[in-house]
Amino acid sequence: MTTLAIRHGHLIDPAAGIDAPKDIFIQNGRVAEIAAPGKLKLANGAQVIDAKGLTVAPGLVDIHVHLREPGQGYKETIATGTAAAAAGGFTAVAAMPNTTPVNDSVEVTRWMQAPERGAEVRVFPIVAATRGSKGETLTDYAALKSAGAVAVTDDGRPILKDGIMRESLAAAARVGLTVIQHAEDTRLTQGASMNLGPVSFKLGLRGMPTEAESAMVERDIRLVTELREQHPHLHVAHTSTAAAIAAVRQARRNGLRVTCEVAPHHFLLTDEHVGLYNTHAKMNPPLRSASDRDAMIEALLDGVVDAIATDHAPHAMHEKEVEFELAPNGITGLETALGLSLRWLHKEWRMPLGRVLSLLSAQPAALLGLKGRGTLAVGSYGDVVIFDPKAEWTYRATESKSKAKNTPFDGWDMLGKVHYTIAEGRIAYAVAGRE
Amino acid sequence: MATTPIAARRKLATPPPPASSFPYHPGSLLSVMDLTVPAVSHLLQRATFLEHDDPLVRDRILQKRRIALLFYESSTRTRTSFELACKALGADTTLVSSLSSSIEKGESLKDTGLTLRALGAEAIILRHNSSGAAWLLEESTRLPVINAGDGMHEHPTQALLDLRTILTHLRPGVAEVGPDTLAGVTVTIVGDILHSRVARSNMLLLPRLGARVLLCGPKELLPEMAAKSSPGIEIERDFESAIRQSQAIMMLRIQAERIANLQLDLEQYKAAYQLTGQRLATQAPNAIVMHPGPIIRGLEITAGVADGPQSTILEQVTNGVAIRMAVMERALTTAEGGRA
Repeated sequence: MTTLAIRHGHLIDPAAGIDAPKDIFIQNGRVAEIAAPGKLKLANGAQVIDAKGLTVAPGLVDIHVHLREPGQGYKETIATGTAAAAAGGFTAVAAMPNTTPVNDSVEVTRWMQAPERGAEVRVFPIVAATRGSKGETLTDYAALKSAGAVAVTDDGRPILKDGIMRESLAAAARVGLTVIQHAEDTRLTQGASMNLGPVSFKLGLRGMPTEAESAMVERDIRLVTELREQHPHLHVAHTSTAAAIAAVRQARRNGLRVTCEVAPHHFLLTDEHVGLYNTHAKMNPPLRSASDRDAMIEALLDGVVDAIATDHAPHAMHEKEVEFELAPNGITGLETALGLSLRWLHKEWRMPLGRVLSLLSAQPAALLGLKGRGTLAVGSYGDVVIFDPKAEWTYRATESKSKAKNTPFDGWDMLGKVHYTIAEGRIAYAVAGRE
Repeated sequence: MATTPIAARRKLATPPPPASSFPYHPGSLLSVMDLTVPAVSHLLQRATFLEHDDPLVRDRILQKRRIALLFYESSTRTRTSFELACKALGADTTLVSSLSSSIEKGESLKDTGLTLRALGAEAIILRHNSSGAAWLLEESTRLPVINAGDGMHEHPTQALLDLRTILTHLRPGVAEVGPDTLAGVTVTIVGDILHSRVARSNMLLLPRLGARVLLCGPKELLPEMAAKSSPGIEIERDFESAIRQSQAIMMLRIQAERIANLQLDLEQYKAAYQLTGQRLATQAPNAIVMHPGPIIRGLEITAGVADGPQSTILEQVTNGVAIRMAVMERALTTAEGGRA
């Protein structure tokens, strides 16, 4: 295994409380030494990365991505999805189970993590909470956890039945897994393809009411409350409504283990961004009203949100070049999350850099219990992102490492250019000119 | 949440929605919003001119130009009047309908459009059951695309022919229209607003000429948010109060199965919203009665009213040909790079 010395950079490691110039030495895939500039003791003969003028931080962790394998390799593969992750500064991604077949088995969970998949960064499978994500019978949580699963969910197909959701929360709590809910009461969203409101009316599209999300979050929190002696962990995926955030906030005040994530598109865009039927602005949950979007910004700034997660959802071009109502939900997000977060959360809305990075690494890693991730403390994985925090650049979807180009952020200004992404001590991405 | 979000209180800057690139072709008519008020005025003038023009002279305007009619839904009025309008200007038309084409085999709208273009179509008239389909077709083909009705969204030529009908009766002799032409005129649109592309195009067009638009119907078919979609629109749930204020009453078709799905009682609906001879005589004896068709006699409107002296239903159909001649002339004679 190669050894790496990262010199002359400015280390920001929120979990370790470090915000200072430091050199880092990585050996055998782990952080072996952190020292003042020029003071590394062990780094003789190591490959040196010059990080002068750059920020060095724990590799980013995205707890909500769709890598499409097995079964949908025409949209994305584990290799291409993780290449996009590396280009975006991510060193670990948690992959949703809505593949073909649905990942509800030990076999698929192992297959996804096999070296043959060619992953550029660590892939943590999230497995189906119920067999086939049909919402009827629980999968074997203990066996799946042993095979590497980090959470259970029926993402995209929320668990509607109270009894099954209760069983899932209890079973997951017994083995120490998180239940992630895509909160949507699908009985309220039949045939709908965007947020319900004046914009959907004007476009003649059926809309999803905010209550479809918030009512499900409230139901889930009620179940967590009933089961509180068993300490279940409920995580609300891609939160998009003020009412859902309010429910999470209240649950936390009541001492429940309820966490939530917000996607960049939900803190940046509104249903107005659908424009004239732009299918690259179609996802589920949909882009909401300005007041809901503002509530996402507020929740990020005041600390209710535990993580920024992209819900990276690649689709083939031909699938999106169809009538709006027929287009599949989802947009890509791995290569734009850092640039957008720095451009808007940090620069525009004044969130300290360390807090932005924490929302993209330390907090999501802690949320799913990913040990040795989200920090560069000695002994942690050598997962590092090295970026120029001042560099402004423009995102071009055509240059994406992902197979898919379905993004509403094509041509958008970004802040913070990734120079290197190092995954367990291996350079997984280097910017052009630095390879 | 009762409290104002911090983000709103702080007035944080947020990314604005992107500017629209539509229409790509200046001859396209996707939405009534593609037309400025002067452009509307010009179309109305051309409609009148073309209607009275010598058929043998008119015939040369679009001589041998190729126009495709692409229809994913059945249609009597719209299809026939577009076809007659195109032919009156000398164009060749071809009809492609979803039931007798490769659309049945799963060909996408984009590929169908590209195929028509490759066959030499210079403009496409599209009727489609999905809102926004015309925008997809225009982006894919970059041809002039005329929206002949997309899902629940818009039907711009219907709004133009309705405007022509309203002007004939309420502003006879007016040659040019502007932002105040319909000042003092109230138009009530009644019925299933939620699912109506006719309602949407009219409510976006008429206020721009000074009209006040009242929307009338039960909340299941007319959500409160409808009034927020554009300026100049109000909701009046009481049918008789609405028509009492109106110089034009636009009735919309009601689908009985939709009423049933919404668990509305059809008899109650009729009691509240059916335009009867008695209602018309007592509340709006001078208003014109419009309907885009197809009408369901005995449901939203009684046969007596539909056939009565205040009805403009067939006149609307006739106006459709004149308006569509003007729209097709614009489609094929507006140069790319310019804006009409």
